[in-house]
Amino acid sequence: MSEAFETVHADVIVIGAGGAGLRSAIAAAQANPAAKVALISKVYPMRSHTVCAEGGAAGVVQAHDSLENHFNDTVSGGDWLCDQDVVDYFTHHATEEMVQLEHWGCPWSRKEDGSAAVRRFGGMKIERTWYAADKTGFHILHTLFQTSLQYPNIHRFDEFFCTDLIVDDGRCQGVIAIEIKTGDIKVFLGKAIVLATGGAGRVFRFNTNGAIVTGDGMSMAYRAGAVLRDMEFVQYHPTGLPGSGVLITEGCRGEGGILLNRHGYRYLQDYGLGPETPIGKPENKYMELGPRDKLSQAFWHEQRKGNTVPTPLGDAVMLDLTHLGEAKLLQRLPMICSLARHYVGIDPAKEPIPVRPAVHYTMGGIRTDIHTQTEIAGLYAAGECSSIGLHGANRLGSNSLAELLVFGKVAGEQAADHASRQPPCNNDTLLSFAKDKVAELTALREQKGTEKASRLRHEMAAAMEKAFGIYRLGDEMQTGLDTINELRARYKQVNVEDQSRVFNTEFLTTLELGSCLELAQVMATSALQRKESRGAHQRLDDYKTRDDEKYLRHTLMRYSPDGKPILDYEAVNITRSQPKERAYGAAGEQQNKQEGGS
Amino acid sequence: MTIPATDNTSETAPSKSEAGITLEILRYIPGTHSEPTFQRFEIPYVEDWSMLDALGYIKDELDSSLSYRWSCRMAVCGSCGMMFDGVPKLACETFLRDYYPRPIRVEPLENFGIERDLVIDQEPFLEKLESVKPYIIDAMANAPSGKPGAPAGHERETIQAGENRQTPKELALFDQYSMCINCLLCYSACPQFGLNPAFLGPAAISLAHRYNQDNRDQGNADRAPALNEEDGVWSCTFVGYCSEVCPKSVDPASAIQQEKVRGATDWALSWLLPKGAR
Ligand SMILES: Cc1cc2nc3c(=O)[nH]c(=O)nc-3n(C[C@H](O)[C@H](O)[C@H](O)COP(=O)(O)OP(=O)(O)OC[C@H]3O[C@@H](n4cnc5c(N)ncnc54)[C@H](O)[C@@H]3O)c2cc1C
Ligand code: SF4
Ligand code: FES
Repeated sequence: MSEAFETVHADVIVIGAGGAGLRSAIAAAQANPAAKVALISKVYPMRSHTVCAEGGAAGVVQAHDSLENHFNDTVSGGDWLCDQDVVDYFTHHATEEMVQLEHWGCPWSRKEDGSAAVRRFGGMKIERTWYAADKTGFHILHTLFQTSLQYPNIHRFDEFFCTDLIVDDGRCQGVIAIEIKTGDIKVFLGKAIVLATGGAGRVFRFNTNGAIVTGDGMSMAYRAGAVLRDMEFVQYHPTGLPGSGVLITEGCRGEGGILLNRHGYRYLQDYGLGPETPIGKPENKYMELGPRDKLSQAFWHEQRKGNTVPTPLGDAVMLDLTHLGEAKLLQRLPMICSLARHYVGIDPAKEPIPVRPAVHYTMGGIRTDIHTQTEIAGLYAAGECSSIGLHGANRLGSNSLAELLVFGKVAGEQAADHASRQPPCNNDTLLSFAKDKVAELTALREQKGTEKASRLRHEMAAAMEKAFGIYRLGDEMQTGLDTINELRARYKQVNVEDQSRVFNTEFLTTLELGSCLELAQVMATSALQRKESRGAHQRLDDYKTRDDEKYLRHTLMRYSPDGKPILDYEAVNITRSQPKERAYGAAGEQQNKQEGGS
Repeated sequence: MTIPATDNTSETAPSKSEAGITLEILRYIPGTHSEPTFQRFEIPYVEDWSMLDALGYIKDELDSSLSYRWSCRMAVCGSCGMMFDGVPKLACETFLRDYYPRPIRVEPLENFGIERDLVIDQEPFLEKLESVKPYIIDAMANAPSGKPGAPAGHERETIQAGENRQTPKELALFDQYSMCINCLLCYSACPQFGLNPAFLGPAAISLAHRYNQDNRDQGNADRAPALNEEDGVWSCTFVGYCSEVCPKSVDPASAIQQEKVRGATDWALSWLLPKGAR
């Protein structure tokens, strides 16, 4: 039996109110002031995970920098798995988005003359990372949210949890959501839908992500027939706090922080990132400013060699900021100082901070074309949930916040335009589709199962970390995938103990677990099948090197009702940068010289 | 034994001991409970655990029906405000070790309606936030651009012109007030808000002040009505507890005092100047 539900009509529906969702909603509202934009989020917008971003957002501003430099850094950082037309569009539009945010009031850190300041970031050749101290994501999110309040055609539905997309006749025309406060189900019908639901870092155990980062949107789109792409590429950030996983921004290293092993040695010079740069004189793309995948891998090796520092919360290396001095730390990295104090009891002005790699970012996501359009008509995706082809096999820090803005805007405009050209929805078929989905939801909530969701969640996160971490092995990955498949079978027997309706977080986390398990399977299968090493996907078995002949391709995954994802590949769009070896430090300099480039 | 808390508990379980600690948590599920009551939970004492880790342990291992909001677990999303022994704090930034071995009383933020357990009703705050027009109001952008409410065309031109200049000094005039994470601890601390739920309150006024102080903004007059009406700044009797509990050193009390001064000056000027010049 299906329970009754209310229907809400809108022209454009934006799911997710983080950076990407808010930017989309504003763009849609501006593009067509007559359109009703429904902005749905499972948390209040300012709680969205974008709030956690610390370091900054990339956009070329300096006279001695160029869009071509940003392009090259992004493409080589992504180990040539980036779609180069997308990277071009991105670099051309990133800076104007930073300026747009400035006009909306974002408190960017400034130089003495009042122009916006930029800082160094890993893998970026020239300083181009705009920042607001070390709370960049917080300020971007609050600026966007507050700005969005002036558009009367944006209708917010805060704390509504979306469960399933409504697709009829090959067109996406709505979404089913639970109003968290009441437990009631609402069906949203619209002419164009934007997914901006963020990443899926919570599939892994030790991560820098907030509790809400559970890949719901990716899973929803996948189940509705959209394609997930490059899901095997999961980024480890080299510097999370042991225990909690709380992020210590790359901005620390941009400001001059150094990484030491237990012998006080700057070990990165042993991993193709040297020679050692003088303390207090960081150099772009050298040492601590190498890309994230390389730094995380170096940690792994140091740990094997016994060079890491054992702490009560696990092995770590030391991030030393002491030479920056208290004044600069408090000005540039105030939040880092407070996080270190609270979560590991350390004053970074006096002592180095213990750090270790933690899962941070999902490069893959819902496949879209350069206009953010997915496989399904009327369905668009932007932000971390999407795979537009920007990040390739490894995202560069500060490209993601910029991505939210650049492609969030595109998605909003595209959706508004699409909506204006659609006939009204066919309510009857949509509602009968919705009824079936609602019945499934109710059945899950009421079923008397034997499995506890929290237990399954812990097991999943541990299995993924073990088999799909910084380095991967064929047989370990197979075991990991088997475990995930068993957990998926057990999930069918899950029991939601809490039968109340109001703010039933047990039910919601059970749904989130369902999404995570779906994505874990896709990540595991994609990884197992990619028989090479590239960017964040590094194997230690027979496939230790990059194989452009076979795998200079995106992995595609389609849902199949039998529970086994359907694998396919597609070409990468290469316009002008042919794959070469990724080189950093002195080797990178050498490569540049040989090519006569800069 | 390993002790699972959040998914991030490290594999080498944090310095655990056989010791335990008691949490007394206010429980209320509408439709199930007729009124809020305290429930006791005995949990292992782990020195590194935040209150959020402790609640996570209870939810995963002891009672899955316990509800509370959280996400970032790094004191920036503003979700996890609650009362610990009567003091409003962020659960993710409050640690068991600061209470051990005493039992800890956990309640939802004071002065708000309870939706369930530790979850409070934030809707009225969102309305207050909106009422102070917390966005850049720019005289230029509001000039008739031919497009009602959507200065998109105008924006395109100004974006080309690049960013506004704002010196570090000008930024410092409002920077602190832009740090508010909307955690609502200050509302829980405010006796005036307790008495008068219509009071605009510390965070909303701080945000209005943040924009009023921004050299790019020209919206002081637009925000004045909300700030100067009866339930605006004048409801504040300067208790100052809001600033004490604020986890982000926003100092809402000082924002309120400064807006009172601005309001008083505006009011005085309104008598001196002919109407159109206000
Ligand atoms: C600690 C940390 C620091 C970072 N620092 C940087 C940095 O310095 N620079 C950089 O470029 N990038 C950084 N990143 C990456 C970047 O912050 C994220 O990729 C980005 O913020 C994601 O934004 P989003 O809008 O796609 O999603 P989010 O901000 O995660 O928002 C997702 C939205 O979707 C909603 N949602 C999800 N599921 C549902 C559902 N089922 N129903 C309804 N709503 C739903 C949520 O409520 C939320 O509003 C960082 C990431 C982390 C974890
Ligand atoms: S002013 Fe401080 S206490 Fe009040 S909501 Fe903002 S951050 Fe929280
Ligand atoms: S969980 Fe985000 S502030 Fe505590």
